[in-house]
Amino acid sequence: MAKPKLALYWAASCGGCEIAVLDIHEKILDVAAAFDIVFWPCAMDFKYQDVRAMEDKSIDLCLFNGSIRNSEAAEIAHMLRAKSKVVVAFGSCALEGGIPGLANLTTKEDILRVVYKDTPSTVTQNGGVYPQTHSKMKEGSIEIPELWETVKSLDQVIDVEYYVPGCPPQPEQIWAVIEHVISGRPLPPKGSILGATDKTCCDECPRDRKEKKIKQFYRPFEIQTDPNECLLDQGMVCMGPATRSGCGALCTKANMPCRGCYGPPPHIVDQGAKMVSALASVIDSTEPEEIERILDQIADPMGTFYRFSLAHSILRRVEKV
Amino acid sequence: MKQIKIDPITRLEGHGKIDIFLNDDGEVENTYFQIPELRGFEQFCVGRPVEELPRITTRICGVCPEAHHMASAKACDAVFHVDPPPTAKKLRQLLYNVFFAGDHTTHFYALGGPDFIVGPSAPASERNILGVVKKVGLEVGGKVIEMRKRTQAVLKVLGGKQTHQVTSLPGGVSKGITQEEAKEIEQHCLWFVEFGKFTIQAFNDIVLKNQEYVDLILSDAFAHKTYYMGLVDANNRVNFYDGMVRVVDPEGKEFVKYSPNEYLDNISEHVESWTYLKFPFLKKVGWKGLVDGKDSGVYRATPLSRLNASDGMPTPFAQAEYEKMYSTLGGKPVHATLATHWARVIELLSAAEMALDLVRDPEITGTNIRTIPTEIPTEGVGIVEAPRGTLTHHYTTDAKGMVTKVNLIVGTTNNYAPISMSINKAARGLIKKGVEVTEGTLNMIEMAFRAYDPCFGCATHTLPGQMPLIVRIHDTNGEILDEIKRN
Repeated sequence: MAKPKLALYWAASCGGCEIAVLDIHEKILDVAAAFDIVFWPCAMDFKYQDVRAMEDKSIDLCLFNGSIRNSEAAEIAHMLRAKSKVVVAFGSCALEGGIPGLANLTTKEDILRVVYKDTPSTVTQNGGVYPQTHSKMKEGSIEIPELWETVKSLDQVIDVEYYVPGCPPQPEQIWAVIEHVISGRPLPPKGSILGATDKTCCDECPRDRKEKKIKQFYRPFEIQTDPNECLLDQGMVCMGPATRSGCGALCTKANMPCRGCYGPPPHIVDQGAKMVSALASVIDSTEPEEIERILDQIADPMGTFYRFSLAHSILRRVEKV
Repeated sequence: MKQIKIDPITRLEGHGKIDIFLNDDGEVENTYFQIPELRGFEQFCVGRPVEELPRITTRICGVCPEAHHMASAKACDAVFHVDPPPTAKKLRQLLYNVFFAGDHTTHFYALGGPDFIVGPSAPASERNILGVVKKVGLEVGGKVIEMRKRTQAVLKVLGGKQTHQVTSLPGGVSKGITQEEAKEIEQHCLWFVEFGKFTIQAFNDIVLKNQEYVDLILSDAFAHKTYYMGLVDANNRVNFYDGMVRVVDPEGKEFVKYSPNEYLDNISEHVESWTYLKFPFLKKVGWKGLVDGKDSGVYRATPLSRLNASDGMPTPFAQAEYEKMYSTLGGKPVHATLATHWARVIELLSAAEMALDLVRDPEITGTNIRTIPTEIPTEGVGIVEAPRGTLTHHYTTDAKGMVTKVNLIVGTTNNYAPISMSINKAARGLIKKGVEVTEGTLNMIEMAFRAYDPCFGCATHTLPGQMPLIVRIHDTNGEILDEIKRN
């Protein structure tokens, strides 16, 4: 019997998902043995033409990481959708926009201005030069893709069967997903989250949470925290209550607050809204003015509560007024 | 005019693309190496609390998040005018050297090495890590996987996560190590040093004992006379984590030595409309285009550049190899781009030796790992050596430490101009009138940029399977004249 065909692709991402796949170490040889890897630009030298030439639905499993923020990534996403039976949004960026999705707090124009004009090392000639999609050089034409105004998650661009959260997904979770596919056991219903569990990050965190009421929020550099007590109880904004379990609470075990990379917990659509309600329940006041004063101590609620999920949240982006 | 496209060569911030234009005589008129992606960290980091940037900028690159984590943490220290306690600095450096040893291993065995170990003209299907294993033995493949496994295990202990570390913050680190953890890491480091020596030996046996390879390394098609940059300690020895940036001229003489907060006096970036990536250059020399020589501000920042810009290595075994490299290749500086592979294995060994020294330092298990900032935050620059070049993070904040400006000059970006030039030179040297452009030709052109270990260089040589590359030659009307398939 022919081996099932596997494709891996990265769009707007950092490569960390690819490294996480390699971090299954010697088991990568099992993956190579079980699948016929037909497209993996990071690790193997396939070109787009090879994929275009394939028959529709001929790829059995496509693990797609990275968000979509230019015309090229969108084109590849549509192409891989047509060629694949099962597409998995792999990692935070594909799932919910990820850190590149923070660009939705600003605009394409501001990004271009800062990168190509305002940054102090950049030399601006003739009022500044921006990259152009089509350039006519003296030898001929060359092209680069069009940058989009808004960063999108994969399922905002194509239909997706499954989701694997995490920035990056933890290797043992990746292996659990791949092993499931290799075993031939029935796949879960479409839309399922794979490679994670059904609780919150707090359930995996070894710290002792007493759900203390707090009057003062601190930033991570300001205080030394107790290693055994809940960080939120100590006034540290920790996304644990608004984050799905699955990573093993790695950040809080390293004395740093969770930033929510495993996405919202089950049945929650908007991670930021969930975090606001989690915080509202721990603030030690009933006076609206005092509540506001305490909440004002939280530095950058947007960029913290929606660190990974802005593009896929109810907000999607912030409009400049 | 004919046009050859190589698309994608995959990943810097994603991907890369090469266009080669041929004139009517069939010779190379020009080449363009384009980077088709931009994410805009410089803008969307604005408004964030500065202490979060070591956890946000890691996502610039998941292959070397450690470099961004460290440059960012150092920039944060500077923003808050705070000096981390010695134990914290040593823990950061331990993490960083372990990372360097692991990262260089991946490049040498899986990405750049196959060209030499299997051979530049070997069938493409063998020019990958499996071909390497076949040539040097199954045991080596196992060692490479074990090296990655061990380095990632240490990074998880020190950084909290093996990818996208979280432990460095303004004034220090969030987590120390116990005596037991130090003992365990020491065992790993002993293994890393042995692996480093083994790799040096493999390089000697396979590459240096083959005159054909030595000739290839030294051939003019793969050479550029440029300035060289690298971070050095107080004795001008290579340092990956800290020190001054030293630049030497194409003759090897010190051109400038600057501290991180003087980078704007020394580095500028040129913008072209046909690519999303900027071209850094030496400000005091000026941008003269994609040309080498003393009058051009183009510099290189690679493992070879670091060795060229230094007076030696900080550790004994690596120092002996450093001396051997320069005596074999005819003294300093070495302009041969392919010698970067040799420099990389020397750095691998040095990083392993440094890590072993650090973990054996009694202070490494100290419990004073944070200096809580007390001064009003302002502005700061952090510089480290990323495996792929000098990495600069520059932040400005308001009085509450909220970011108002960010500037980043990233490892591979330093080398954008020289990589473009190397591709051009290799293409000119290899594509000639009446000479058939073969799959081997294309690989030789790719070797020119693979030596830099650019993040997009991950493209070619890792796992099993075929490695096809299609190049189409078009005439001026867009008609396909020829198609070369590498398979």
